[in-house]
Parts: sequence; C-alpha cells; structure tokens
Amino acid sequence: MRIVEVKAVKDENPNVRTLFFADDLCSSAKAGQFVMVWIPGVDEIPLTLSSIGSQSMDGFSSVTVAEVGEATRALKSMETGELIGVRGPFGNHFETISRSGRALVVGGGIGMASLMPLIDRLTMEGVETTVLLGVKSRRDLLFTERLSELSSRGGINLLVTTEDGTYGAKGLVTELAENVISSERFEIIYSCGPEAMMHKIFKIAEEHRIPAQLSLERIIRCAIGICGSCVLGPYRVCKDGPIFTSDQLRTVRDFGKFKRGFDGRKTPI
Amino acid sequence: MQPRRSRRLTTEVAGLKLQNPTMLASGILGTTSDMLRRTAQSGAGAVVTKSVGLEPREGYPNPTVIEVECGLLNAVGLPNPGIHSFAEEIRSLEGLEVPLIVSVYGFSPEEYAEVAAVAVQAGADAVELNLSCPHVKGAGSDVGRNPKLISEVVKRVKDAVDKPVFAKLTPNASDIVELGEAAVEAGADALTAINTVRAMTIDVETARPILANKIGGLSGRAIKPIAVRCVYELYRVLDVPIIGCGGISSWRDAVEFILAGASAVQIGTAVASKGLDVFRLVAEGIESYLERKGYGSVKEIVGLSHRG
Ligand SMILES: Cc1cc2nc3c(=O)[nH]c(=O)nc-3n(C[C@H](O)[C@H](O)[C@H](O)COP(=O)(O)OP(=O)(O)OC[C@H]3O[C@@H](n4cnc5c(N)ncnc54)[C@H](O)[C@@H]3O)c2cc1C
Ligand SMILES: Cc1cc2nc3c(=O)[nH]c(=O)nc-3n(C[C@H](O)[C@H](O)[C@H](O)COP(=O)(O)O)c2cc1C
Ligand code: FES
Repeated sequence: MRIVEVKAVKDENPNVRTLFFADDLCSSAKAGQFVMVWIPGVDEIPLTLSSIGSQSMDGFSSVTVAEVGEATRALKSMETGELIGVRGPFGNHFETISRSGRALVVGGGIGMASLMPLIDRLTMEGVETTVLLGVKSRRDLLFTERLSELSSRGGINLLVTTEDGTYGAKGLVTELAENVISSERFEIIYSCGPEAMMHKIFKIAEEHRIPAQLSLERIIRCAIGICGSCVLGPYRVCKDGPIFTSDQLRTVRDFGKFKRGFDGRKTPI
Repeated sequence: MQPRRSRRLTTEVAGLKLQNPTMLASGILGTTSDMLRRTAQSGAGAVVTKSVGLEPREGYPNPTVIEVECGLLNAVGLPNPGIHSFAEEIRSLEGLEVPLIVSVYGFSPEEYAEVAAVAVQAGADAVELNLSCPHVKGAGSDVGRNPKLISEVVKRVKDAVDKPVFAKLTPNASDIVELGEAAVEAGADALTAINTVRAMTIDVETARPILANKIGGLSGRAIKPIAVRCVYELYRVLDVPIIGCGGISSWRDAVEFILAGASAVQIGTAVASKGLDVFRLVAEGIESYLERKGYGSVKEIVGLSHRG
C-alpha cells in the first residue's frame, strides 16, 4: 500500500468528485484498470482510474467517486492535502482496435469513470469514436469539460441522454444505442454502467454481431485473485476482469442476473 | 490444463486418492463450485473449500488483505454463506475429477459436527476442521489452541460423519505437537499444518493499523520455515498423514515439506503471484525431482529428512 496525498479535487456534479494524486504505478496503468483506495479508519474500496498520469497534462492520476454509502461519502468529502492509501493498479484493461475501425462507447452514470482513459486512448490513436452518455438528469452530467473539449476538437462524436429530458435526448442510453447501432457500422462496443444496462447493451451487440467489452463489478476484497469474493462464473472480476468480452460473457449464467453479497450468497441484480 | 498423469505422483491421504500431492488451501478461491472446478481443472490434486459455518457471515470490512514484506496479511473474518446455502455448491460439484474437501468451522463442538454432517451429506469426500483461523473470536484458533476443545470437536465430528476428518492446526500456540496429539487421539485421520501466523502492520504516515480488524494472519514466503518446522515436529511423534501448508510456491518448497514429513501439500497465497497454473507447475517439478533422484514414487520421500 502506498500513501498518497490528494493534490487537487474537482466536483463533477453534486454527487461525484474526482480526486487527483501522483503515483508512479498508476501513471503507467492501462485504461480500465482499477485501484483499491484506503480511506484510513473507514474502509478500502475499488475505484477505476478515471485518468492516468502518463496521459494527463499535469502527470496526475485520478479516481472519480459517486457517493452511495459510508466509504464513498468519506472519500467524496476529502480535500486537497488529505492522505489516502492506494494499492494496484489491478485487473485487465480495455483492448483498443486499429484506427481503421469505428468504436462505440456507452457509459451509464459513474460508469463513465472507467471509460474516460479509454476514450483518451482511442482519440490518441485516431480511432473514430462515438460516445453515448446516459444519466438521470442534467445535474448528473459528469466529465463535462473533458468530453466537450474532445468533442469540439472533433475527437469524438458525443451524444447524451437524460431520463427526464433536461439535457440531450430524453430516454435511456440503451434506446439511443439501439438506434445508433442500427444505423451505423461499429467494429466494437465498449461499455460501463449499471449491470442491467450493460446486459441490454450486450444483447443489442449480440443481435448485431458486434464484439463488446464490458467492465463489471463484484465485491472486491483482496484484488489479487485469491479470496474468491469477486467470482463471476469461472472468472475473478479482480484478476480475469474487470473487463469481459462478449465471448466470455455468453456462457456466464449469472451475468445480468445475480451477484454475490459479502457473505457469498447470491442476490438478484 | 490438466497435468499429465504420472504414477510417480499419485498418492493417498487418509484413504483419498490424489493424482498429485498438491491441494488448494482453504480460503483461497474456494467460495463457489465454478471456481473449485476451475482449480481442479488447472491441476490441483484435491481442492479444499473456503471455511463454512452454520450461519451466513459477512466477514470484516476492508482492508482485509494486504501485501507485506515477504508475505500476505489477512483478516477476512470467515465470510461464508452458511452450510445450508453452500450445500448447493457442493452438490453441483458431483463428478468432480479430484477429491473435494470441505473446510468447516463452528462456535462449539456441536456446531462443527452439524456443519460437517451437512457437508458430507451434500457430497464432501472429507472435511477439514478449521481449528486455526487466527482472527475470529470464539471460532478457529480460539478453539484450536486448547487441546481439550480440539479433542471434543474432533470426537463430535468423527461421530457425525463417515468420511475422513482432517484437523488443521494453528502455529499460534506454544507447542503444536500437543495440539496434534489431541486431534489424533480423538480420531483425526490427518493433520493439516499450518494456518496463518498472527501478525499485524501499521501505516506510519497515518499512524493506523491497516487491517480493519487490526490483527490478522500472515501467510506466504515469510512463514515457510515455521511451517516446515511444524510439519517436522508433528511427523516425529505422530502416525497420521500430514498435509503441509505455508508459503509453498515452487516444487522445491513442496519437496522440502514432503521431506519434513508431509504426504501432500496445500498452496494458497502463491496463487496470487503464480496463478492457478501453480498446481501443475509444482506437480511437474516434483516429478522431475523424483525422476532425477531415482525415486519411483513420491511416497518414498515422505519424511526422508528424519533418517539417521
Ligand atoms: C472494479 C470496480 C471499479 C469501481 N469503480 C468505481 C468508480 O470509479 N467510481 C465509483 O464511484 N464507484 C466505483 N465502484 C463501486 C464502488 O467500489 C462502490 O460504490 C463502493 O465500494 C461503495 O462503498 P460504500 O461504503 O460507499 O457503500 P456501501 O453502503 O458499503 O455499499 C453500497 C454498494 O456498493 C458496493 N460495494 C461496497 N463495498 C464494495 C467492495 N468492497 N467491492 C465492490 N463493491 C462494493 C456493493 O454493491 C454495495 O451494495 C467500482 C467497483 C468495482 C468492483
Ligand atoms: C485470504 C486468505 C483466506 C484464508 N481463509 C482461510 C479459511 O477460511 N480457512 C482456513 O482454514 N484457512 C484459511 N486461510 C489460510 C490458508 O489456508 C493457509 O493455511 C495459509 O494461508 C498458509 O498457506 P499459504 O502461505 O500457502 O497461503 C486463508 C488464507 C488467506 C491468505
Ligand atoms: S477480490 Fe479477492 S479474488 Fe477477487
């Protein structure tokens, strides 16, 4: 475990904060990898790197946290100068495609955090990229500046949906994805968000025979592939994942249906 | 990938036939049938499940596992779904190509016996009694440091099941031989040595213990010489098979345990660094060693270091 200082914070929206820090190992992480963040005296939780030092101007890496419970509340209230512990980066990463192909990136809410370094990478490599972002309402938008900058430079084609229609198109991002996929040809679909959403994206991708890479979540304890908390079928989310391909997910019965709690019992998604 | 079968490597522990002397240690990935099957297919000679109790348990908050110098520190706190839920995982392992050993813990001798009985009924080929988890009050090594309690637990479980019973011992007592003797006198068919060594780590920047439970158990490289000594001492005085465990990550480590007196070995922490291939790699390495030294069977070298 390395102890790092929070160098800067940025509020993405009222419920989501990005914390920046300097760390060599995180600087050389790959898009889609996660770290274990220790909030001293509170908890340790998995968070995807939302920016990677080697790809950012100031050399900082970051995590972006949405408040859902005790640990995320504590982390979201952290200020510049406070200390957190970091282990990792862990897990596999998104595989990018050759620049002749076209990529579709579908993010739901905080799931966008793991897709940001991927989008950086795709645009750097000159891949034609369409990004669909779905949130509940205008006040839940996140990574607004990073995305609009990429979009205004022509790096990405950005489309936003809100469930209440307060910004962009009204509706679910899965509905937009279905329309976009039916009218344009993509070589690959990347997605991260609520599992029910990703399951829908997976099904649409299967219908159109487009390979997909999805970033999944399960309970993480060790993050090094031994404790068995994060199992999904024959896979460990922390080691074999968190990114899974449609080829892998096709045979995993629990995907989109069941997860396991802290005691290992199955609960519906 | 399954290792190729070799006559040199086949062995037997308390009536269980193993294609090779490596086993998955308890608490490592043994939480679901899918993961246990994958481990068996990766080359383990037998698999041991995560320790299961009567009631579901959530375990401790994170941090629960943390790497330290030369080893790994954990206080996971025995999270498990309870034996009645876990029995489904056991049942769905029917036809597994290697022996399935269910690790059992309890807060009383009766509880150990009840859990063991359900496990065997669901299809366990043997049970391993966790008398040694160093960080749960009232279970594990709270029972396992007391020879009288060990004896009571083993007797109860032996009465309740008709499959081999292994007693897994703690190194956190002044004399592990006394614990082993109590288990064997009460009828244990084999001993597993050792569980983790009580330990802790404190972060100096924040001046806080890192594990949420503050104290946990050390595994991996750092504890290997302790474990080898425990196996050696147990072998010297006891007649039941011993399963060596603690810091094994290569064939050389495994052979060292076998020479000390282990009939088989369990591997846990090394799965983190070597992956599930570790079982096949260790088994193949043991075979090459036996071939190079001219032995026809791994059984010939069990306890060899004790000669004259
Ligand atoms: C690989 C991975 C990457 C993630 N990346 C991000 C991210 O970039 N940003 C973000 O805001 N969130 C991310 N999460 C989710 C985040 O870890 C949880 O929201 C957080 O752990 C909740 O903790 P809490 O104490 O605030 O909430 P709690 O009230 O303790 O729990 C709320 C829910 O969060 C989940 N959760 C709690 N503890 C864990 C744990 N140890 N491991 C996995 N899930 C847990 C459970 O589903 C639980 O029901 C990620 C999860 C995983 C597995
Ligand atoms: C994360 C973790 C969880 C463990 N859980 C259990 C358990 O539930 N029951 C048990 O008997 N031993 C448990 N152990 C102990 C191991 O089975 C083994 O005895 C110990 O780790 C030493 O072997 P190793 O160095 O090969 O890991 C656990 C160890 C680790 C690292
Ligand atoms: S979190 Fe421990 S195996 Fe994945």
